[in-house]
Amino acid sequence: MTNANDKRTVHKLDRRAVLAGAAAIGALAAPGIGRAQTPTIKVGVLHPVTGALAFSGGQARQGAVLAIEDINARGGIRSMGGARLEALLADAQSRPDVGAAEVDKLNEAGAVAIVGPFASGIALATTQAAARHNLPHIVDVGVVDQIVTRGLSNTFRFGPGLATIVDTALENLVRINDQAGKPTKTVMIVHEESAFGSGMATTLNQRLPQLGFEVMETIRHANPTRDFSNIVLRIQARKPDLIIPSNYYDEYVLFARALQQNRVQTKGIYSILGGGASSYRFVKEFPQAADLVMDCNHWFDPRKAASLALKNRIEAQGLYFTYEVFLAYSCMLLLADAIERARSTDKAAVTAALASSTFSDHIMPYGPTRFVNGQNQGARPVVTQVQQRDIKLIFPVEFASGNPVFPRPVGRG
Amino acid sequence: MSAWLQRALLGASLLAALAFPLVAESGFWIKFAFTTLLFAYLGQAWNILGGYGGQFSFGHALFFGTGAYAAAIAQTAFGLNPWLGLPLGALAGGAVGWAAGYLSFRYGLRGSYFALVTLAFAEVFRILANAVPFTGAGVGLFVPLQPGWAQLQPGPIGFYYIVLALVFASLWFAWRIENSRFGAQLMAVRENEAAAAALGVDAYALKVRAIALSGAMTGVGGVLYVQFYLYIDPSLAYGPGISVEILLVPIIGGLGTIFGPLIGSIVLHAASELARRIMGDAPGIHLVFYGVLLVVMVRFLPDGLAGLLRRKRKAEVPRNA
Amino acid sequence: MLEFQILLPSIVNGLTLGAVYALVALGLTLIYGVLHIINFAHGSLLMAALYAAFFAHAGLGLDPYLAMPLLAAAFFVVGYALQRWVIGKASHGKDQNVLLVTLGISIAIENLALYLFRADTRTIETPISYEMLDLGIALVPYPRAIGFAAALGIAALLWWTIERTDLGRAIRAVAKERQGAKLVGIDVDHVFALSFGIGTAVLGAAACLLLPSFYVSPSVGNVFVLVAFTVVVLGGMGSFTGALVGGLAIGVTESVGGLFLGQQLGQLGIFVIFIALLLFRPTGLFGSRLA
Repeated sequence: MTNANDKRTVHKLDRRAVLAGAAAIGALAAPGIGRAQTPTIKVGVLHPVTGALAFSGGQARQGAVLAIEDINARGGIRSMGGARLEALLADAQSRPDVGAAEVDKLNEAGAVAIVGPFASGIALATTQAAARHNLPHIVDVGVVDQIVTRGLSNTFRFGPGLATIVDTALENLVRINDQAGKPTKTVMIVHEESAFGSGMATTLNQRLPQLGFEVMETIRHANPTRDFSNIVLRIQARKPDLIIPSNYYDEYVLFARALQQNRVQTKGIYSILGGGASSYRFVKEFPQAADLVMDCNHWFDPRKAASLALKNRIEAQGLYFTYEVFLAYSCMLLLADAIERARSTDKAAVTAALASSTFSDHIMPYGPTRFVNGQNQGARPVVTQVQQRDIKLIFPVEFASGNPVFPRPVGRG
Repeated sequence: MSAWLQRALLGASLLAALAFPLVAESGFWIKFAFTTLLFAYLGQAWNILGGYGGQFSFGHALFFGTGAYAAAIAQTAFGLNPWLGLPLGALAGGAVGWAAGYLSFRYGLRGSYFALVTLAFAEVFRILANAVPFTGAGVGLFVPLQPGWAQLQPGPIGFYYIVLALVFASLWFAWRIENSRFGAQLMAVRENEAAAAALGVDAYALKVRAIALSGAMTGVGGVLYVQFYLYIDPSLAYGPGISVEILLVPIIGGLGTIFGPLIGSIVLHAASELARRIMGDAPGIHLVFYGVLLVVMVRFLPDGLAGLLRRKRKAEVPRNA
Repeated sequence: MLEFQILLPSIVNGLTLGAVYALVALGLTLIYGVLHIINFAHGSLLMAALYAAFFAHAGLGLDPYLAMPLLAAAFFVVGYALQRWVIGKASHGKDQNVLLVTLGISIAIENLALYLFRADTRTIETPISYEMLDLGIALVPYPRAIGFAAALGIAALLWWTIERTDLGRAIRAVAKERQGAKLVGIDVDHVFALSFGIGTAVLGAAACLLLPSFYVSPSVGNVFVLVAFTVVVLGGMGSFTGALVGGLAIGVTESVGGLFLGQQLGQLGIFVIFIALLLFRPTGLFGSRLA
């Protein structure tokens, strides 16, 4: 237990910073004032900032807005006389139909493209609505693969889809398990019921046995789940070597807390798109539960100076540097690069520039950018591990900032 | 208002509604009109049971979601043409409505008990839809994109006219109900079930008919929704959000009135859009405004907007009459 | 079979979870029993109380258990004012209007929290967060054990207030026959507001007991509100014993249901029981005490 006084100060700072952050967002809500001289280019920033997905939506919006600030600070779109980008903020209210209606509104307000909308279900509706206007739409998160397999020529996904994520996760799991002398044979999967958790569980159940792992049990739980005690009881009874969780943050917190309360010992926790294991908030608030947890997820390239600078800026605002932030940030840079090369705000020209993009000035640990049917072939997730209250990148090796600690030493966590 | 003026007004609004997509250049406003009319239609479906019949349902998502899933499954799994999905959705919604009505009215549920049991039915379906494979479970169902009238994907303007036709049909239907024996009996049951029964009205059969009708109409709305957005998942289909959105419309507009749901839907959607435009982009603040607006509206319009019109009309009649 | 090995601890889990449900439902059943209204704002008031407990801890360093009387008092005032000057005034005594007003309040509160505090999920740690009480057949986290004991205590306190005090007599009179109560000189609006205030005060206390083992975010109310309604109906609207027993029963149903049907379907049991009960015994397990 840390010193109680310490904790209090941290929380106080936290709260003040929160208010400052809210004020900053408020100030950003009125862009363009006093900049009438330089031409502006409007871009849609569409996220679910209210409703069930408000946290992720708000984080993503913040990332996109910061990217626009940076682009403008660097002199805007140079090929167009230093034109500045202007964010048109829109709220999908965590609903596909509202998201689709907002696309029309953004189109009519003169947006040249849209970055958003975090959730897969919303992305399916917004990409389609944007396609009706031939409006380029960069999907920042949405991992469901149907988003890019419907033949919409306006839709671009910069980040990886579910299939790629599971591939990477398994590749690394086999690697670290082999390196450690194959200590892990049995696995339990605990996943949430919606698209990403269920999709992942299905693939894992097909692939893990082929790779020599035994899936002891797959537990699917509802959102929200109010109590994880029973799931932990099952885990204690079956004693798997490895737990693979895939949940939203709220459920992850309850799950991790229940694991810790019951002193569950496994050789490791290896989450895939886990809600907590690659969250700085989780590491700070649950340092013990988070220790040595691994996660296959979206992550920034820790070797780039730009990523650390952005991380510091976000944290100075009292926010956490989450994957929504840096993915939306990178997507906005990708868009700016396309407009730069298109030398125009013509939607078709921007779409063509995106399709032929080889953009490399981003902060993600990706291979060369190349879009095939709207999916960035260079995109891939990474595996992180919580070590000494920090999140280290452990796979792929060429981006790594730490070595995996596996299996978890007995008595820790 | 004289009958002549009423007819002229009706004719004018019909013309305006028909001409709207030709005048409105804006895709946004056409979609806005589509949503507003869709909820006017769904609100009317609720109004049959809740307004005329006095049975408040908190679970109309049950019918909406069932219609949506029925059409989407028939189309994706069996290749059924989505036009046939419309009657299928009606059938599915009606059947579920009949079953829910049979169960709850057979056991004499009314008032808040009936409201809560419908809510629970919808929740059961939501949980099941999340678990069974043929609904796509938590992943949801994707209807393939095949633009064109043949596959019931006519684009926003086409959808606008389809839902406009539905709204007119539902208005006509409500008018027929008001002037039919069925409607008179239904309203008698709403006012005093025991008295109606004493006069030989079979209240149980009447209410089951009303909920089946209402369910069938709502199911059709679900089919249109899924054809428009091409995606459905358990929370969208059966979540409490859709139930609440449907019941707000006739309550704000005026319960048990022909035009209540239409007026209610227009006012609610306009208020929501107004809140978004004047309250800025800070997350949540427009919904705070919307929530407060709801409270204020109820404070000053206790009988809904249609009630306001009626009150005016009553005021013209001498009080002691 | 695994399920039977862990059946006993799973039942204990269900009981402590059920105590949480009972805590949330106790206030609701009072409001329901007296005012006969479906209070859609209950979930968002719980959320507001959780934030209050969170900031009392984070900002003032107040342990949630110590903050309990403070929060109960504060939320009594909130509840009283809401009923007296907002819900009562705006609804004109019509059920459908109460529905709209409480819904409007709930939308406004939820999004005000989103605007002020952002959507982050927040948690607190108390010194006992990871301590376990060993019951022999099961280990129970201390925060849950305390919640269980407090649920019993609060239910008893409410029962005593309603059954044994003048205030309680007035509340019962209004619940049973509001016209008659008015005639004998009871200020009905005041009693309504008092009942709503007490119901909301219980929510303030419940939040303090819930926070150490849960989290708070602007939408957290939705996690509990449907279950709370189920508990109220199950126990009989207006019955505190009913809410307590109903809450525990729902908790055990969810827990054991989850054990045998799979976690995802555990909640199905809740609604199936709920529907069956409504159909066959709509007055609930304990009849209706107040109405």
